Amino acid sequence: MNIIQTISSAPVLVQARDVHKSYGANEVLKGIDLDVRIGETVVILGPSGSGKSTLLRCINHLESMQKGSILVGGEQVGYVKRDGKLYYANAAQLARQRHGIGMVFQQFNLYPHMTVMQNIIEAPVGVYKEKRASAEDYARMLLKRVGLLEKASAYPRQLSGGQQQRVAIARALAIKPKLMLFDEPTSALDPELVGEVLATMRDLASSGLTMIVVTHEISFAREAADRVIFMDGGRIVEEGPPDQVLVNPKHPRTRAFLNRVI
Amino acid sequence: MAAMDRAGSAITADSSEGWDVSRAVAAVNYPRWALTCAAILFALYMAWMIIANDAFQWHTVFHWLFDPTVMQGLGVTLGLTVVAMVLGTIIGLVLAICRLSGHRIASGFAGLYIWFFRGTPMLVQLIFWYNLATLFPQISIAIPFAPPLVSWDTNTIITPLTAAIVGLALNEAAYMAEVIRAGLISVDHGQSEAAQAFGMTRQRALRRIIIPQAMRSIIPPTGNQLISMIKGTSLVSVIAMNDLLYSVQAIYNRTFEIIPLLMVAVVWYLFITSMLNFAQSHIERYYARGERRSEAPRVSTSDMEDAQ
Repeated sequence: MNIIQTISSAPVLVQARDVHKSYGANEVLKGIDLDVRIGETVVILGPSGSGKSTLLRCINHLESMQKGSILVGGEQVGYVKRDGKLYYANAAQLARQRHGIGMVFQQFNLYPHMTVMQNIIEAPVGVYKEKRASAEDYARMLLKRVGLLEKASAYPRQLSGGQQQRVAIARALAIKPKLMLFDEPTSALDPELVGEVLATMRDLASSGLTMIVVTHEISFAREAADRVIFMDGGRIVEEGPPDQVLVNPKHPRTRAFLNRVI
Repeated sequence: MAAMDRAGSAITADSSEGWDVSRAVAAVNYPRWALTCAAILFALYMAWMIIANDAFQWHTVFHWLFDPTVMQGLGVTLGLTVVAMVLGTIIGLVLAICRLSGHRIASGFAGLYIWFFRGTPMLVQLIFWYNLATLFPQISIAIPFAPPLVSWDTNTIITPLTAAIVGLALNEAAYMAEVIRAGLISVDHGQSEAAQAFGMTRQRALRRIIIPQAMRSIIPPTGNQLISMIKGTSLVSVIAMNDLLYSVQAIYNRTFEIIPLLMVAVVWYLFITSMLNFAQSHIERYYARGERRSEAPRVSTSDMEDAQ
């Protein structure tokens, strides 16, 4: 209870207002409002095609949206305000805005031609100009945290799916993000490998990192989420603490979805 | 009916006991042995026919093989190949990136370039560049529609050497652009997405993430291009460029030892090509470094590949 009290008074890190996004005539986001506070772990559930991944990818501007605004730490990622006008951000500005946002992908997207260590230090050293030695030290600390220190010089293809995803988590943490985005991080994994990735994510959630997680893992939502959001048809249908949304869902569509997946 | 009985009895009789597969041996494949022997015999016979045939005049071949004129021609061929290939690859890379960029003008320009240079014969392009002075007597650096800042006489710039380099490189660029484009689009889209999410600019993502992975599919066709380039350089003899083929032609025009001197050229072309094949397999192995699942050497599989 105490923790929830602290979070609900913490400053807002992500603020989405009236977000609309369509691919041609197909509108996938139909006006999303969402606040995520510092230290909060928000899990977004919903059937496929409900727009949850698209929303996540709008937050770090991997997808552009047509209407509305998303603020991350007070900045609109992908846009710059100047002289009362909103301009598209250039490459350098976009890179700086994304510095605070780590992302973990469904297909891991590790760089296959680089070792685990090179994967992790690529952005800190190459993009954010950290010293190589200190970046490597930090990378080793992160690898230890995800339990893969001995794999530092392996190539991604020599690792299991679960190990690759844990490396991808370490890679995202290496840029010292304020916000972590997880895009269905366990959907490409064999069932017996899901547990190790979820354990790592639970560990992160309890460390106070702000996380937005799109997933189908109800158990993760139940154990690690501060708040669960249920999306359907491009809208947020229901949101609240996990014991409310998962145990006593108000909306019939949430109920139908939970009946199908549990 | 009898066949079915045999099959049926085989299953019931032998399946009672499972034999350890580690004792299994390969049955002798007689047709394969026969074919192998025939192939070896044929190869030996062909080799003997070539070596023993006096018409090839092997002593003449060896006499001219390291002749200074031939060596100089070899140098020109190699030099032209390297310079034209390097320039062609650089221009090709720029074209490929333009072609794939969302920018309609850049993509359209690259498309037009590739269409023109692939669609006209190499020989015509070479002669065209060599005779550029007839179209543009002066080459100058200037702001369009303003008086020139610097100006040269075209004939002083376009020598056989520059015409050859420009002709070969610009033609090669069109082909390399398509090779590189194919390589770039073969890389999984998730890679450029990850690079973007980690704050990389498009340029950096290309250099650090996309191109190193695209190299795997760029190298084999580039080896192909390089080999056709080496032989393509023999076309420059039409604009009086003294490459390898031109040099041996110059000699046999004097001595009338046509076949032996062509053999000299053949030996050198084959030698360079073999060196390139060797280099290519090493480069391919380098760019496949993340592909192997274990770090152990793949002795058994390569043996299998050799045997086939």
